[in-house]
Amino acid sequence: MPELPEHLKRRAAERRKQLGLSGDTEGAAEGGTEDASAGAPTEEAPAPETPAETPSQTPAAAAGEEITESKGGVPAHLLERSRRRKAAKEGGEAASVGGGGTATAVKAAPIATPSGTGPGGHTQRLLTVVKSGSIQQVRGEAQDKVHTWPHLLVIELAATLSVSAMLLIFSALVRAPLLGLADVNQTPNPSKAPWYFLGLQELLTMFHPMIAGVTIPGMALFLLIIAPYVDKNPSNKPEDRKFAISIFTVFLMFWTVLVIIGSFFRGAGFNFVFPWNDGIFFEL
Amino acid sequence: MANGNGSNGSGGLGTKLRERSKALGDQLGSSQVLTSIFRPGSIFRRGYTDSPRNRSYVIMNSVLYHLHPVKVKRHAVKVSYTLCLGGLSFFLFILLTVTGIFLMFFYRPTEALAWNNVQQLETAVWFGSLVRNMHRWAAHLMVITVFLHMSRVFYHGAYKAPREFNWVIGVILLTLTLLLSFTGYLLPWDQLALWAVTVGTNMMGYTPVFGSQVRYALLGSKEISGDTLLRWYTLHVLLLPFVIVIFMAVHFWRVRKDGGISGPL
Repeated sequence: MPELPEHLKRRAAERRKQLGLSGDTEGAAEGGTEDASAGAPTEEAPAPETPAETPSQTPAAAAGEEITESKGGVPAHLLERSRRRKAAKEGGEAASVGGGGTATAVKAAPIATPSGTGPGGHTQRLLTVVKSGSIQQVRGEAQDKVHTWPHLLVIELAATLSVSAMLLIFSALVRAPLLGLADVNQTPNPSKAPWYFLGLQELLTMFHPMIAGVTIPGMALFLLIIAPYVDKNPSNKPEDRKFAISIFTVFLMFWTVLVIIGSFFRGAGFNFVFPWNDGIFFEL
Repeated sequence: MANGNGSNGSGGLGTKLRERSKALGDQLGSSQVLTSIFRPGSIFRRGYTDSPRNRSYVIMNSVLYHLHPVKVKRHAVKVSYTLCLGGLSFFLFILLTVTGIFLMFFYRPTEALAWNNVQQLETAVWFGSLVRNMHRWAAHLMVITVFLHMSRVFYHGAYKAPREFNWVIGVILLTLTLLLSFTGYLLPWDQLALWAVTVGTNMMGYTPVFGSQVRYALLGSKEISGDTLLRWYTLHVLLLPFVIVIFMAVHFWRVRKDGGISGPL
């Protein structure tokens, strides 16, 4: 049950004491608090429920009802006023039959003529207490967030600048290869694919070209694409997903090792060589 | 003496200049031209003082920064979480576009001219060699960063719901990156390019059933020739960048829509 704010409870208790209600003040205040929820049949939605029960009621009515039921008792001035109103209005009779004694007291309240001030010279009174849960439901957890500027943008700036600088220096020092003019009649030995395809070329030494060049890379791509739909484990903690991590690590190692062998351990005729014996047959 | 005089004179001139420039700045700041360029709340109109409101405006009033949300999860700005790999891949793509446009000024994709053009670029064009080197090394680096980015995402389990589809787009982006690099590989039209592409396309020729058709579509002829060069040039500078930009847009958009960066672990 949603807690009533402390200061409202205290104010209610003070008010009761002032009005000189029967019963000890503490108890009445407690009772009032409980009624606040009891008066509304469903805790989540007291607001729509109340008008359905007694259509003519307003929030003021709800407040009156609570006090009545707390017994306690209806504040004397309210009872008195309602009696006055009832006498004045005939329609009040019918409503009181339907709604019971409680509703009688209650119904009168909203229509009360603005008589300036209430008893004790008060110009305000508590109409109703709307519990916070009935107004809004907070769904998402509050997250620890920081402003993109400067926290993220500064890092991005540093990262891009340092990569640019490294690339510039590297490019100034290392020249991109430009071999002789292309000649279809002169096959270099060995002929190698770009480095990222050397894993496939390595497979070509072991399997039929259809398997090595189409089936295996196709399967690899297919497996990558379906990975999120196959992996039903909702956790992203490394300790919960040992299997997925080992499979993927094997997958990465498989390609890395193949690419390294294809790049550095294959010499003339794409035969296996050791780079420290026969040199490197590799161009980027 | 002369020194003292000089500094005095420049001091007077300095204050006058400062006043002038301040007046000019105020005039510009309220001019219709400037207010039409910068949106309300822009720090270029109102000046920047560090406040949460202005921090938000920096992001909201910039079309580029607007890729980002105004706020990000605290763990996401730790460099050790992402290693900036995705962002750097994007940055390298931009760098490759810029250097690539420069190279296009000096290159003709024909059998007779391509290699000569590259040679001239290396020897006779200001910064030609440097820009070509940068283009090539950035291309290799981008393959690596995209690949590492994919690995990082896997190890963080960041492909899980609701991000499954963004992972699929990521795999497509990886494939497109490889294709971009591979099509660019042929363009220098030297022995390295010709035979690397020969090896690569021979493999694709073994596609079941449609093998020879696939190879023909790729090469534009039975064997690698000037037609292949033109075809791959068009793919490299136009079609593939066009496609990859679309997929990148969806990729970035989905990052935001799927709740920002994943985690924390």
